[in-house]
Amino acid sequence: MNKPFAITLNPGSSLANHTGSWRTERPVYVDRLPPCNSQCPAGEDIQGWLFHAESGNYEKAWQHLTKDNPFPAIMGRVCYHSCEGACNRGNLDAPVGINSVERFLGDEAIKRGWKLVEPATESGKHVLIVGAGPSGMSAAYHLRRFGHRVTVYEAGPMLGGMMRFGIPKYRLPRDVLDAEMQRVVEMGVNVVVNTKVDNILETMAAGGFDAAFLAVGAHIAKRAYIPSGEVSKIVDAVSVLRSMEGEDKPMLGRRVIVYGGGNTAIDVARTAKRMGAEPIIVYRRTRDKMPAHDFEIEEAMQEGVMIRWLSTIKKAGDTEITIEKMELDASGFPQPTGEFETLEADSVVLALGQDVDLSLLEGVPGLELSDGVVQVDANMMTGRAGVFAGGDMVPADRNITIAVGHGKKAARNIDAWLRGTTYVAPPKHQVATFDKLNTWYYADAPKTVRPMLDIIRRQSTFDEVQGGLDESTALFEARRCLSCGNCFECDNCYGVCPDNAVIKLGPGKRFEFNYDYCKGCGMCVAECPCGAINMVPEDI
Amino acid sequence: MLKQMEGSHAVAEAVALCRPEVICAYPISPQTHIVEGIGEMVKAGEIANCEFINVESEFAAMSVAIGSSATGARTYTATASQGLLFMVEAVYNASGLGLPIVMTVANRAIGAPINIWNDHSDSISQRDSGWIQLFAETNQEALDLHIQAFKLAEELSLPVMVCMDGFILTHAYERVDIPTQEQVDAFLPPYEPRQMLDTSAPVSIGAMVGPEAFTEVRYLAHEKQMQALELVPKMAEEFKAIFGRDSGGLVRTYRTEDAETIVIAMGSVLGTIKDTVDEMRDAGVKIGVLGITSFRPFPLDAVRQAIQHVKRVVVLEKTFAVGIGGILSTDVRTAFAGIDILAYTVIAGLGGRPITMKSLHELFEKAGRDDLVPLTFLDLDWKVVNKQLARERQQRRSGPAAENILRDVSTTAANLS
Amino acid sequence: MSFQPVKFYQTGTFTVGNRLLVPEERSVQANMERTNSLNSGHRACQGCGEALGARYAIDAAMHATNNQLIAANATGCLEVFSTPYPETSWQIPWMHSLFGNAPAVATGIAAAIKVKRQKGMKDDVRVVAQGGDGGTTDIGFGCLSGMFERNDDVLYICYDNGGYMNTGVQRSSATPPAARTATTMPVGQQPGNVFGQGKFMPAIAMAHEIPYVATATVADLRDLEHKVRKAMTFRGARYIHILVPCPLGWGSASQDTIKLSRLAKETGMFPVFEAEYGELTNSSKIRRLLPVEEYLKPQKRFAHLFGKSPAVGTIVRLQALADKNIRRYQMLDKEAN
Repeated sequence: MNKPFAITLNPGSSLANHTGSWRTERPVYVDRLPPCNSQCPAGEDIQGWLFHAESGNYEKAWQHLTKDNPFPAIMGRVCYHSCEGACNRGNLDAPVGINSVERFLGDEAIKRGWKLVEPATESGKHVLIVGAGPSGMSAAYHLRRFGHRVTVYEAGPMLGGMMRFGIPKYRLPRDVLDAEMQRVVEMGVNVVVNTKVDNILETMAAGGFDAAFLAVGAHIAKRAYIPSGEVSKIVDAVSVLRSMEGEDKPMLGRRVIVYGGGNTAIDVARTAKRMGAEPIIVYRRTRDKMPAHDFEIEEAMQEGVMIRWLSTIKKAGDTEITIEKMELDASGFPQPTGEFETLEADSVVLALGQDVDLSLLEGVPGLELSDGVVQVDANMMTGRAGVFAGGDMVPADRNITIAVGHGKKAARNIDAWLRGTTYVAPPKHQVATFDKLNTWYYADAPKTVRPMLDIIRRQSTFDEVQGGLDESTALFEARRCLSCGNCFECDNCYGVCPDNAVIKLGPGKRFEFNYDYCKGCGMCVAECPCGAINMVPEDI
Repeated sequence: MLKQMEGSHAVAEAVALCRPEVICAYPISPQTHIVEGIGEMVKAGEIANCEFINVESEFAAMSVAIGSSATGARTYTATASQGLLFMVEAVYNASGLGLPIVMTVANRAIGAPINIWNDHSDSISQRDSGWIQLFAETNQEALDLHIQAFKLAEELSLPVMVCMDGFILTHAYERVDIPTQEQVDAFLPPYEPRQMLDTSAPVSIGAMVGPEAFTEVRYLAHEKQMQALELVPKMAEEFKAIFGRDSGGLVRTYRTEDAETIVIAMGSVLGTIKDTVDEMRDAGVKIGVLGITSFRPFPLDAVRQAIQHVKRVVVLEKTFAVGIGGILSTDVRTAFAGIDILAYTVIAGLGGRPITMKSLHELFEKAGRDDLVPLTFLDLDWKVVNKQLARERQQRRSGPAAENILRDVSTTAANLS
Repeated sequence: MSFQPVKFYQTGTFTVGNRLLVPEERSVQANMERTNSLNSGHRACQGCGEALGARYAIDAAMHATNNQLIAANATGCLEVFSTPYPETSWQIPWMHSLFGNAPAVATGIAAAIKVKRQKGMKDDVRVVAQGGDGGTTDIGFGCLSGMFERNDDVLYICYDNGGYMNTGVQRSSATPPAARTATTMPVGQQPGNVFGQGKFMPAIAMAHEIPYVATATVADLRDLEHKVRKAMTFRGARYIHILVPCPLGWGSASQDTIKLSRLAKETGMFPVFEAEYGELTNSSKIRRLLPVEEYLKPQKRFAHLFGKSPAVGTIVRLQALADKNIRRYQMLDKEAN
């Protein structure tokens, strides 16, 4: 075409005009730490595995999850999911049901027989693990992945530790526990049961171990002095729960008094209920001060467990106990009132916490033992080089998720120590707080409620109380994730740029800014749903 | 084929023979009969593959024409007077964008006072718009010029205005020779646009051009019109070869041999002038006529050539530049710059005032005696003018001049009271 | 929502893209191969809503017509920032003629195409005309009404930023009441633009009973694309009116362009709907109803309503306008309320 001069122009020729020179601030892509990940005691990349679950690729999601935690089916049942408390979606409608999706993935893995990855090469190092509980088995798994030979000594007859002897079946069916333990064993972990380690240094020397991870747990019940008669039956909660796993079920009678306010108190009361008893929990403070998780208190009460708040046991007789009414003082501590009451009682179960059996550490030089636990440094190593510890036997909150996290952390440090280095955790990104999000873009989607077993069966059987999600509900729940702080390729920046200054690199490759044309308007930052773009001043 | 028909209809037939593709129409006297005629032919299917669009204004008419022409369609419209002024913004735009639209202007005065009768004020007001302007002397020439206009426009990629006197030509029944479709097809090839909106070769038409290139764009427009000075005579020759008659060209002389006086004019008044000149020649007066067909581009050389040996020229024009006088005369003066020729400007025929042979006789005789003032208003009623001037001197709120004058010349009912 | 939302919750239906959707359900703007009809290098201000809206709309129209599209453009910001010699940002056949004649130019283009099709041209080339609110509701009103009335096969897109921004922010007949412009200064008895004047072009378009009329904002891309696509399924005159915030004229932050578009709808200040042959057929429902202050406050053109002694009466009147929109255009979901 013989175009007229100046008035007719060639298409798209404005590319010659680099409007990027107008800019005083530039957008940059960032990754922020999602609050769920930040919160997870087991260090799971929750958002990472949800990402795969969102597209229905559950196997990939499970593989991603199990890089950090090999027990999703267990976690999906017994983890107290503090991640959900941190979830930004909670500010919008309700937190993402992370725990329920995790359980779905765990159950899928068991159903479909997905296997954990075995190490490609063997390091030739041999690590001793004492205790086959959550911490020990987690460490075993991670150390195997690093290619180390692993031997686990377990004092009890079966794997699982507190997961088996502390958590009732109605919360964690044993087939699920067995399946996830077995999968770790199948990686080539050597487990020796019914073998108590009495002296760690001797055992290490005898076995030629290069390092040890101690995770014996805390299963010595704390006692309280209660004046009692000869025939009164006073037992501890740990023993009751442990004996539930054996042939001889505990004989507690009809009227069972549970003394304490922690999760174990709830567990034992609900167990007693299922055995036909009429359990009453006696707790010295109020419900909101009770250490047990509120949902568990609620479930227990639904099932018919009675709770006497603000009460202490003063005396136990043959068929009754005396309790004293308490009242809270100004600082929230219970104080006796001098008012007494009697309750019928066939037995009293003490659920006042557990201590650690530290006997295997006797005589080990360099160790620091205080408050009934062993002190470890930031790398989970005790005062004795090469001896690491975790779980309930080190200073920390005690729950299974923390224990699993200790196992992972210890494994990383043991691995580094075996290589003669020190493990340095990668720097953590800034947490993606709610104010960084543009929540307009997330469609309204209320949380999916998991089905609960009907109340009659909850009161009379040990069937699992909480059901799981099915495929469609799990997918729905996964897709409620906001992907806080990390690009999920929603294309908003690519779309909203008035200057076409965002380059889309293709699926999985995210985006790049074309600073030749970006004028620095900041619209991409404002409209990024998940806060994955930051505006920084231009060097002028 | 010879036919007795109205001038407007003759033009309609000519446009139809040019195989137009888009025609936009908005009514204004005295142009209406042209588009009515074409509209009927399109509706009856006599013009194939043609869109006839009834628009809501002249501004829209030219705008639709701009769009269709830029998309490669042969486009035609027609207007007059106020209509032309209403579309002025688009008129400039069409030429600025180099779109070969052909438009008939049925010349009519511009108000106020509103007046539907003929003069050249409308077309002449657009002399600087960048359009080529061709003035027809007769209905036959009007018909022929339309056929030439499409060819000229499309060769140069410039719009062409064919100007014909309103009523005097548009509504006059005369004998015209309507060419055959074969003749027109042989003369006028299908439209091949120089630029167009095309999805297979996208361009942006109508850029904003700043000081860095605007002068060049303007110069190039001028250069195109200079090319037209060569093309117009050539086209007239080609036309003659196919159609067998003289039509168009830049200028036409009449009895200018040995003339001492040459009368210069445009449009249908040339007929009356020629009749007057014939009588004066018979009486031995050395007088001739120069008709200007191409007002834009203005044929300076051709005019200079035609008048360089005369003593005087009388430029008789149907336009008037208030505050200075002649418009055509100014251009003519530019043509003989440096040659010592007396030049008289005569404003005549405004708003349809008849130009009689009697008045022309008197005028030309006076001119021959060099007894004319430089600016003459033919048949101006000084009595009426002076009366109004006196009224205005006496009384500040003297009322509207036009109505006062009408009263003075006894053409209103108000005068009876 | 004027189209069936796709129930994919992580990204919802509000983001530009969605990796979970099948490709044919994805937005045009999410496509790596989108036409970028309005290319980089244009000279629009930072955060220009019109530049964004134009690319959204024209890319969608290109997609809907298999790239067989010609555009006529009125004078205004869009024209000036896209085609200053020697560069154009347009990648499609595009023409600018005058301020007030884009609809008529488009009529001419459509007429030429019709004739070419009669003469055997295979491609079904479609025509859009576009302009700002001044070029549409004021100076181009006559040509637009003519194009509507003749039902010419043209989609006209108005990018409404509520004023003559290119010439320095003067009032147009689309300027909202109370807004400050260079010709409606916040002084005197009635600061800012007066109440009771102006035109709402979509309603006027509906009165022409043309096949399709829709409004949209740059805040809801998928809705906008849906409307362009739908408009292209009709023959005859169609009109889409897109609200495009202007950081310069509105006195808003450049990054707030989409936010303000969103607030315009969520407060009821700008109704988003569709109409066919003069009848309202669909309304985008307000998702989180907000008071008009939320929309007004981030804009300096309304700053005189706030400050030390807020113009409560004026704000109430603006709220009444919003309430009327909500009622008239059925902006609230009855089931949800």
